[in-house]
Amino acid sequence: MSTVSGPGATGTALFELPPELAIDTRVARRIMVGFVRGQLRQAGFERAVLGLSGGIDSAVVAFLVAEAIGPERLLCVLMPYRTSSAASLEDARSVADRLGCPSRVVDISPMVDGYFSTAAEPGEPEPSTLRRGNFMARARMAVLYDLSAAWRGLVVGTGNKTEVLIGYTTHFGDDACAFDPVGDLYKSQLRQVAVELGVPERIIAKPPTADLWPGQTDEAEVGVSYAELDRLLYWMVDRRRSAAELVERGFDPAFVERVARMVAGAEFKRQVPPIAKLGPRTSGVDYLYPRRRPAPGT
Amino acid sequence: MNVRVALAQLAPRLGRLDDNLAAHREVLARARADGADLVVFPELGLTGYQLQDLSAEVAMTLDDPRLEALAAETAGCSAIVSFVEEASDHRLFIAAALMEDGAIRHVHRKIYLPTYGLFDERRFFAAGQVLRAAPSRLGVPLGLAVCEDFWHLPVPLMLALDGAQVLVNVSSSPGRDVAATHEVGLGTATSWRTLMRTYAMLTTSHVIFCNRVGVDESVTFWGGSEIIGPDGESIFQAPLHDEGVFVAELDLADVRRERIALPLLRDERPELVRRQLERILRARAGES
Repeated sequence: MSTVSGPGATGTALFELPPELAIDTRVARRIMVGFVRGQLRQAGFERAVLGLSGGIDSAVVAFLVAEAIGPERLLCVLMPYRTSSAASLEDARSVADRLGCPSRVVDISPMVDGYFSTAAEPGEPEPSTLRRGNFMARARMAVLYDLSAAWRGLVVGTGNKTEVLIGYTTHFGDDACAFDPVGDLYKSQLRQVAVELGVPERIIAKPPTADLWPGQTDEAEVGVSYAELDRLLYWMVDRRRSAAELVERGFDPAFVERVARMVAGAEFKRQVPPIAKLGPRTSGVDYLYPRRRPAPGT
Repeated sequence: MNVRVALAQLAPRLGRLDDNLAAHREVLARARADGADLVVFPELGLTGYQLQDLSAEVAMTLDDPRLEALAAETAGCSAIVSFVEEASDHRLFIAAALMEDGAIRHVHRKIYLPTYGLFDERRFFAAGQVLRAAPSRLGVPLGLAVCEDFWHLPVPLMLALDGAQVLVNVSSSPGRDVAATHEVGLGTATSWRTLMRTYAMLTTSHVIFCNRVGVDESVTFWGGSEIIGPDGESIFQAPLHDEGVFVAELDLADVRRERIALPLLRDERPELVRRQLERILRARAGES
């Protein structure tokens, strides 16, 4: 696989960038910053709130939103659990400080531990790390939506195209938001944008992790590098290549099949839940309006 | 004769007809004060683009007092304004109207309604059936087209054969494909620039393109409004994504010079096209 490396300020390679995924980051930045402004304007909001994890996705979104509306209008919420890495919290703090955004720390440990200690029935096995991780993601969502009301700002999503496609998200957890400026950027492309925005190199270069349990990394969990996964998704989804054509292009048949299954299996996460059609006009079916509909007569 | 063109590269507010009418009036007044002969507004500039079921709620008939009031502000100039037109039989069209000297002189109803990929126009709108060059106070006929109309070869050719010397396309073109390989970082801009230069050259006409900016729902409109001479060379390019009113001049005498030097339109063979089309239509209908 021929790749180029994304440059750091010091000239060292920060990440691997498949050439077909290279984007014009200045145009992308312009579109995403305008998108944030447009979404808030259409909804009638002037402020925004987001969960800052210390990872690259939320850092990039924080930079974009701060550029769009000014850092003082973006509330960054840091929501560690007691097992979260201290380095993540430190990285998140560095982003908020760098941008000059107001920030607050909400420790979700009492919420999460409280639920699992209350909900456990006698004799039940310990909840899996997956259950615990998903609950943490949903606890963070609940915090963000509460602070959204207090701050009078919309929740900005930070999900990227790679995780949205393979479903590496917690439904109604980290995928919950009012709008998502980076959901059409593969991880590799988001890294390019991070360089353009001046996100600290340390955050760009570190291995991505959901940080749901100690030592977790995305690439270990999914079992493949983002560069390789992004390349496959690009040819499969954006360029509409069939499985046979992908194998001809040099992708491993088992890898192609596994990723195709993940993408198909995550379709439900990308759509609004269906409503049983009974009446003459049903929302999402034949009642179709812009998401932020102006009041009649305006 | 020089024509001073104001390209109103605006960001209409989705579904907010009153706000957009006010913005149009303000731009018209300023452009007239600035000596503009022709003010061009983008596709659905009065309503925004991703209307869905709002289409029926923002629709206006041609005798709507709000349109008449806007037309009244075109004394001594021409303006092309776009909105949802409701016909007397209640079909909804994406319309571009030529307003001059206080009245609506011509209405073009969008002929090609994209309903694929990110587009869903046929669900909400009826397709126009008429393609006709519009006489204008500028002294030459104008050929009006709306966005997708320009992705079909017959449109520029028919308009030019019907007498148009200035082709005007008003658009709400959503920007997409930010791959690093494109001329200006946007695949959509590259495609549009290619086809507009080609049409200008092949019809030896001016091409005026007015594309909106701003955001509706997921999509961002890229602007990049442009004026191209009848030789295919760009006369003026507005920036991508910036809202603004951009003024530039074109010289109508360029059309004559180009058509004398390069008589492509003279040499068109519409009768041959008709014969072949009739044969092809019969074959496609399974008749021969």
